[in-house]
Amino acid sequence: MTYAAHRTSVPVTVDEEKCIAHKGCTVCVDVCPLDVLAIDMLKGKAYMKYDECWYCMPCEKDCPTGAVHVAIPYLLR
Amino acid sequence: MSIPEPIMMETDVLVVGGGTAGPMAAVKAKEKNPKLRVMLLEKANVKRSGAISMGMDGLNNAVIPGHATPEQYTKEITIANDGIVNQKTVYAYATNSFRTIEELDRWGVKFEKDETGDYAMRKVHHLGTYVLPMPEGHHMKKTLYRQLKRTRVEVINRVIGTRIITDKQGRAAGLMGFDCRTGQFVVIRARAVILCCGAAGRIGLPSSGYLFGTYENPTNAGDGYAMAYHAGAELANLECFQINPLIKDYNGPACAYVTGPFGGYTANSHGERFIECDYWSGQMMWEFYNELQSGKGPVFLKLDHLAEETIANIEVILHTNERPSRGRFHDGRGTNYRSKMIEMHISEIGFCSGHSASGVWVNEKAETTVPGLYAAGDMASVPHNYMLGAFTYGWFAGENAAQYCADTMPAEVDETQIAVERARIMAPLACSDGIPPAQLEYKLRRMVNDYLQPPKVTRKMELGLERFAEIGEDIGQLNAANPHELMRAMEVQHIHDCANMAAHASLFRTESRWGLYHYRADFPERNDEEWFTHCHLRKSADGRMESIKRPVEPYILPLDDEEKTAYQRLRVVKEAVNV
Repeated sequence: MTYAAHRTSVPVTVDEEKCIAHKGCTVCVDVCPLDVLAIDMLKGKAYMKYDECWYCMPCEKDCPTGAVHVAIPYLLR
Repeated sequence: MSIPEPIMMETDVLVVGGGTAGPMAAVKAKEKNPKLRVMLLEKANVKRSGAISMGMDGLNNAVIPGHATPEQYTKEITIANDGIVNQKTVYAYATNSFRTIEELDRWGVKFEKDETGDYAMRKVHHLGTYVLPMPEGHHMKKTLYRQLKRTRVEVINRVIGTRIITDKQGRAAGLMGFDCRTGQFVVIRARAVILCCGAAGRIGLPSSGYLFGTYENPTNAGDGYAMAYHAGAELANLECFQINPLIKDYNGPACAYVTGPFGGYTANSHGERFIECDYWSGQMMWEFYNELQSGKGPVFLKLDHLAEETIANIEVILHTNERPSRGRFHDGRGTNYRSKMIEMHISEIGFCSGHSASGVWVNEKAETTVPGLYAAGDMASVPHNYMLGAFTYGWFAGENAAQYCADTMPAEVDETQIAVERARIMAPLACSDGIPPAQLEYKLRRMVNDYLQPPKVTRKMELGLERFAEIGEDIGQLNAANPHELMRAMEVQHIHDCANMAAHASLFRTESRWGLYHYRADFPERNDEEWFTHCHLRKSADGRMESIKRPVEPYILPLDDEEKTAYQRLRVVKEAVNV
């Protein structure tokens, strides 16, 4: 079976200026009920790895620096 | 990818699911017997998990002395659920409802109180008064977490359960699953297991087409229903689907429970009220559906007639608690409660006893039909139980499971079930060239919508079962590139089980009942003679899905004739007045 790339606009975005994942913070990754966020180890920043979002907002509310923003997924907007 | 060695653990009481009922069950098991080892397993993180990950804006079924009685509440739920109720279970909830509220109050949950310090109750149900607002309900998960720490419950996050271990006498003896970060196979031996895995909220596909834009928190994929089924437990009245009235596309509650007491209501496109009562019941959904399909449709939440300060108050409650992204949705659409009615729609189908009556069967002690296996919360069969019912039955389950441990020793376990499950879990990781879980899930859930969404039609449901069987064949080709995808691959198998159960249970009951929840176009009448009965579903000895009738337990609180039909008269009778 072959796989095609499937581009998607993700609802959760991270302001890399504010994100302190490089200091060891993983709060947004820890609290996501769907486990869709991850830390980019090269950049030391959080990002949305899987477009599987319930737009529930713990990642945004619990982020200590206000770096995370949750938008309504495009299909629902 | 290479997966590290399996993790083997052992405990006395294992609670599966750390949302609402689960933390309460764990705390109460530990309080009952502090010497017991109590483990709370959560597929996400208990700090932010389950249906109330962000909080809850109110209690929908508070039975508070001076405002309501357990007898009155039990009768109302009996009527709202068209009579198919084990009253003992509802009554057990109702008589303990206030004790749960007082406990939550002690733990620091803030409820709305009036100037005299009494609870500020609101009327939303058709007959009684049971709604208690919690304007600061966003603290709920933090409050629960403090109690878990205080009682020293052992918490394991990011492990998803997939099958119950049973001993040679058929009793629950633990659980198998895996770590969704590392992919490690996990085996937990336990003397009692309490399932608190929430609703089956990912059976149907939301009309947006976005797999995770469900009404329920989509982590609630029906894991508990599937695990209980495979462990041999009976599931009750699954054909009584959950279908809720929601904000269209956003797919969150509208929420008439919050707005109703302030003067908001559900209206048709003319701005007319068409139902007398916005409390969610099958009959209410039936009227909602009819209006939606009619020339007066679609249906709206109407608030634009209210005063500015009232609307501002409603906004604070609705946009900061249960679903705080809602304000963003309205901003994006340019909709404002002040100037426009908000378009509503109906949700995808699901199982959820918290709102309807589809759950793993439990008695008033939260026991399932499998010894040593308990269930509480949205997945347990006590109808219309909501969050407070989840806490109350979590409490029952914790205490009774602790007692069970004191009285019972597990028998020997047939170890082949563990090898079989390990192979089943590891299969999608080993399959390097197959179907991605999301693709299989989309197809499955789209078929659920096509064939199972009410009005239910016999031939369509049979065709649905054929499609589900074909998709079942494809499960062997599921491919997971990493442990996260493995979680989705195992969840989709739970969803597949639930889809089959939904079709099977719906075909068995050849009548219509519970309004839209079980409306069968080819059996449109309610038939009390044949179907005033529970319908249970279970796995037969030879591994097939089978349905059986179970008589409705004799009522402890008989209904009079006027009460019996109260929920069948929800449509506004007189010519609607444009308010």
